[in-house]
Amino acid sequence: MHIDNNQLLRFTTAGSVDDGKSTLIGRLLYDSKSIFEDQLESVSATSAKKGHKGVDLALFTDGLRDEREQGITIDVAYRYFTTPKRKFIIADTPGHIQYTRNMVTGASTANAAVILIDARHGVIEQTKRHSFIASLLNIPHLIVCINKMDLVDYSEERFNEIIGQFEEFSSKLLMKDVRFIPISALDGDNVVNRSENMFWYQGGTLLNILETLHISSDINKIDARFPVQTVLRPQSEEHRDYRGYAGRVASGIYRVGDEVAVLPSGFTSKIRSINSGETEVEEAYAPMSIAMSLEDDIDVSRGDMIVRVNNQPEPTQEFDVMLCWLNNDAAKPRAKYTVMHTSSEQRAMIKEVVYKVDINSYERLSEDKDLYMNDIARVKIRCTRPLMLDSYRENRNTGSIILIDENTNETVAAGMVV
Amino acid sequence: MSKYYLNYLDELESEAIYILREVWAQFENPVILFSGGKDSILVTHLAKKAFFPAKIPFALLHVDTGHNFPETIYFRDDLVKELGVNLIVGSVQESINNGRVAEERGKNATRNALQITTLLDTIEEHRIDCAIGGGRRDEEKARAKERFFSHRNDFGEWDPKNQRPELWNLLNGKHFEGEHFRAFPISNWTEMDVWNYIKRENIKIPSLYVAHEREVVWRSNSWIPNSEYLKLEAGEKIYTKKIRFRTLGDITITGGIESEADTLEKIVQEVSAMRKTERGDRSDDKRSETAMEDRKKQGYF
Repeated sequence: MHIDNNQLLRFTTAGSVDDGKSTLIGRLLYDSKSIFEDQLESVSATSAKKGHKGVDLALFTDGLRDEREQGITIDVAYRYFTTPKRKFIIADTPGHIQYTRNMVTGASTANAAVILIDARHGVIEQTKRHSFIASLLNIPHLIVCINKMDLVDYSEERFNEIIGQFEEFSSKLLMKDVRFIPISALDGDNVVNRSENMFWYQGGTLLNILETLHISSDINKIDARFPVQTVLRPQSEEHRDYRGYAGRVASGIYRVGDEVAVLPSGFTSKIRSINSGETEVEEAYAPMSIAMSLEDDIDVSRGDMIVRVNNQPEPTQEFDVMLCWLNNDAAKPRAKYTVMHTSSEQRAMIKEVVYKVDINSYERLSEDKDLYMNDIARVKIRCTRPLMLDSYRENRNTGSIILIDENTNETVAAGMVV
Repeated sequence: MSKYYLNYLDELESEAIYILREVWAQFENPVILFSGGKDSILVTHLAKKAFFPAKIPFALLHVDTGHNFPETIYFRDDLVKELGVNLIVGSVQESINNGRVAEERGKNATRNALQITTLLDTIEEHRIDCAIGGGRRDEEKARAKERFFSHRNDFGEWDPKNQRPELWNLLNGKHFEGEHFRAFPISNWTEMDVWNYIKRENIKIPSLYVAHEREVVWRSNSWIPNSEYLKLEAGEKIYTKKIRFRTLGDITITGGIESEADTLEKIVQEVSAMRKTERGDRSDDKRSETAMEDRKKQGYF
């Protein structure tokens, strides 16, 4: 296998068993030969026990005991498969409204979202919800699979009708790259192998599209942002004076000799060296984990951000975010939370709920100010000290925050800087 | 012009290094859970890269069942010496002697489940607040639900239905006194990725992973190695076969496979053609549908 150039693509699938989501994932794994014999045997045995004809592909994605018993996905489950072209990570999330938080979680790192529509039902409330979340989380690519085409006689007309429905509501959303594929996950049409029942469809199969999506531009390579995770100070004779600022490049490209500023202090220096593991390199780019040393002896610690002198984020103490509430305990007005942003932590409070969003109709609800689990709202946050923020649309890594409840230590909310 | 994207092994490496550095930054007293298996060797190798040119700032913690492949212990001691790190050993035999646990009885008795108590006791005794493991989500369905930073309550228990959501690269390791975390830097790696990377980086691994002539008996559908702990049952016979192991656990329960793969190159080829999961030969996972989930909830690796 030529692994040298093979990229990693993360995608999320939202939906319920009824849409055929589990069957679709099972089909992808099965037809791409990513299922092992012992898994197949165990699923075949369970299928037979349940009285299914043949192998129930949905069983490949079975998870925890409660999920098996209830036949649902409760949490995000990760699945892996590799083809000669790419490695894939699927974040498989439940599609019900009470699991919005899991969808948001799965979507947060995805390059692509696969949305399933039942060809018999067309666009429904759930489709709008999933599309809204994909757009809110700024997933670069959206693949809409119109499933169960076998149940609508593989009708091209029906396929186009559903595309029309989708275009209508999605014009309000920010989406860059949307594709439509007519499939039958149950029979495998257009999932991995081309359908013999839909000659009118000229596009690629789902796997083919996943293998060829242009993803190397998904990470911002323009604005150089380097949050410092920790400082490396070796005790050995050989490296006595070395001070390495360790972190993962959040965006952009850094080269030895670049003039940089350390935020929030504002001190400037030049990059002396860049290390990737044990190797010295001339340049580093997102998402590489590196250690950087500077020409001048200045004070740098965890939570600081090293940026280019002529391209700096705005240090901001008060800002607006689109917030998704993730916790069972409702948001407490004016209560203190810890905000985590890149490697920095501050205390913060929710100053104001500007409006809540009805994620099925996209309406703004400006009267309702209480935030419960799965709610999405625009809020104003105020921090004790400035954060080095970019807008989420520009930069997923430096435009995202989480809130932690100081009483329980739980992660209670996720926010995208407006 | 150079390319500005990573291949998938580099991206997995970068993610793992990021997680290891987060552990170091967020916890007081983290350790690497070291079993001598390829996954914990890989994690240790990644830690070396993450902190270079400084030393690995974590001790290695080995839960010693007393039923080891002797080679695992030599390998462990050599590595500890080479890296100059501390080694903490939690001994299952000691837990038995102290009456903390009792040996399982019956035909398929193992010390697998006993490790949980020893591990949790060791974590408490050394005030460890984060144990870094080589668990991977592709191994087993309960592990597919693991977070990078996985919370354990003060009884060491995992609550899979009430996990902290993990978004973007923001890892929340906040905890109260007595609680601890498990961190899984290679969550997103598959068996194939691990082998490709071991080959690429030429990482030293115990020769148990490589095919050699070994004495084995056929039991529960796999080749169990002969050892001082093995009691032959009626009808069982010792064979000499060319065998290698896909995973290394307790010597009493780890089944090997017949193989001709005696180099890393050949192992990678063999694994890519493999049609069975690697834990398929581990009798600890075969006990029930939810064997792993049940053990993990109690505090297993």
